[in-house]
Amino acid sequence: MIISVASGKGGTGKTTVSTALALSLPGPVQLLDCDAEEPNAHIFIKPDIKRTEDVFIYVPRIDEDICTLCGRCAEVCAYNAIAVLPGSGRTAGRALVFRELCHGCGSCRYFCPENAIKEEKRKVGVVEVGYRGELEFVHGRMNIGEAMSPPVIRAVKHKLNKGRTVIVDAPPGTTCPVITAIHGSDACVLVTEPTPFGLHDLRLTVEVIKKMDIPFGVVINRHGLGDERTEEYCAQEGIPVLMKIPFSKEIAAEYSRGISIVEAFPEYRDEFAGLVKKLEEEMSR
Amino acid sequence: MKQVVVISGKGGTGKTVITASFAAIARSKVMVDCDVDAADLHLLLDPATRQNGMFKSGKTAEINPEKCVKCGLCRGICRFRAVTADFKVDPISCEGCAFCSFICPEKAIEMKENVTGEWFVSDTRFGPMVHARLGIAEENSGKLVSLVKGKAKEIAEKDGHEWVIVDGSPGIGCPVIASLSGANAAIVVTEPTLSGLHDAKRVVAMARHFNVPVMFIINKYDLNERMADDIRAYCCGEKIDVIARIGFDEDVVKAMVEGKTIIEYAENVTTRAIREAWEAVTSIGAG
Repeated sequence: MIISVASGKGGTGKTTVSTALALSLPGPVQLLDCDAEEPNAHIFIKPDIKRTEDVFIYVPRIDEDICTLCGRCAEVCAYNAIAVLPGSGRTAGRALVFRELCHGCGSCRYFCPENAIKEEKRKVGVVEVGYRGELEFVHGRMNIGEAMSPPVIRAVKHKLNKGRTVIVDAPPGTTCPVITAIHGSDACVLVTEPTPFGLHDLRLTVEVIKKMDIPFGVVINRHGLGDERTEEYCAQEGIPVLMKIPFSKEIAAEYSRGISIVEAFPEYRDEFAGLVKKLEEEMSR
Repeated sequence: MKQVVVISGKGGTGKTVITASFAAIARSKVMVDCDVDAADLHLLLDPATRQNGMFKSGKTAEINPEKCVKCGLCRGICRFRAVTADFKVDPISCEGCAFCSFICPEKAIEMKENVTGEWFVSDTRFGPMVHARLGIAEENSGKLVSLVKGKAKEIAEKDGHEWVIVDGSPGIGCPVIASLSGANAAIVVTEPTLSGLHDAKRVVAMARHFNVPVMFIINKYDLNERMADDIRAYCCGEKIDVIARIGFDEDVVKAMVEGKTIIEYAENVTTRAIREAWEAVTSIGAG
């Protein structure tokens, strides 16, 4: 079973929930931290990293000796990653590749009539695999200055081990990185907080999950802070509230030290394990 | 006209609360919400839309089943595995490169433009605000960020506003890079947590990569004072000014529930700290 933990907005407690789930569930578990821009789960899991693999995309290298500056490559590039400058009387023409804009689709190489384009690897991030006892841990880190996290997220998801219960810690937001992370999940946990910001972002995320047709439930974090509108919304929409984590300075302080809620307060372990049962009920509906 | 961008690395650190407070304090400014993915600033500023428009960006392939002969060429070349076994395009995987549409011998593949969002120019009780809403599950928010920032700059220049105050996007990817471009200063709002410090370091590296000077605000510092000191020590080592240390304050949540900024809601130690932070921002701008 693959369970994604998403949040719409950052800072609502997604990593708190996903790491607590990973540490509470019985049987073999795998945790994939797909927040490649800001991976944090490792801070709480403290895995023993065993393997590090680079994530590459393939970008074109144009052989200037062969290139005739015909411009076909620039024409087929949907990302404006290639510019072909024709020469004038005094200056030689050039074909320029903007590697940061390239998505690595390979179109330019295929269509080059002169076979002047080769592809070379460009490192966009790394994937690390580690263990904490039985728990298998995988995360990706995008290089700083990169614009696109999906290639790194995809590389993390290639490590998905169907023999285990898989927890996916999704990036925040409702755009392509989240979709890439959640894609293929059996169920989803949405973490929110009972404030107007939290509710607003929860509504957006609910739209996404409904569109993707994945069964889901909500965890309300910092319950007691803010107002009742989030619970009212869930009741109106028939969204199950799987769990409420009370607002507590003690929990926040343990979090700040990188200690999982279930390690600091073991009484939450059963509740997190039980959360999955509730999700399974949602799935069988 | 100067631009100040409030960023955080990690979400939920109080970026929007700080931005809205700056908006309440600054005299002559245009506000921009660049967190187009999960825009929240409007919840505090209650904007009345004056102008809006659709935002189109990127394309997605679509296979016409009547023309398709299932030759498999498109499936073979697609590196994003977006063509399914029954020759449909999975729009989530499609990166819009159009390789398939060029290669299809039957001309059965069309690239359809995506409407990915909507932008707004609005009036608020603190002045003009530019914001956007990104369509669900869409990408390219970096371009939408550039668009809203461009509009804000136009307004600021036309009406002679002194500041453009930007609520930046979280993370370190495309939207933040777009948020930061052209900024005179970036304010990093961070919480005293291990993950907060971890993310703040990444965002500092990113801002420096783009030559934008950074200043820090440590929010909710009393959740873990030792960690707050670690962040201060880190800033000191990096020669970064910490322009405010703000304690956890339930009034901030109460103000939010009422749709107000903390500046309007209370006059207390938090608001004093934020006012001093704004002073620090403006003095840098003057220098």
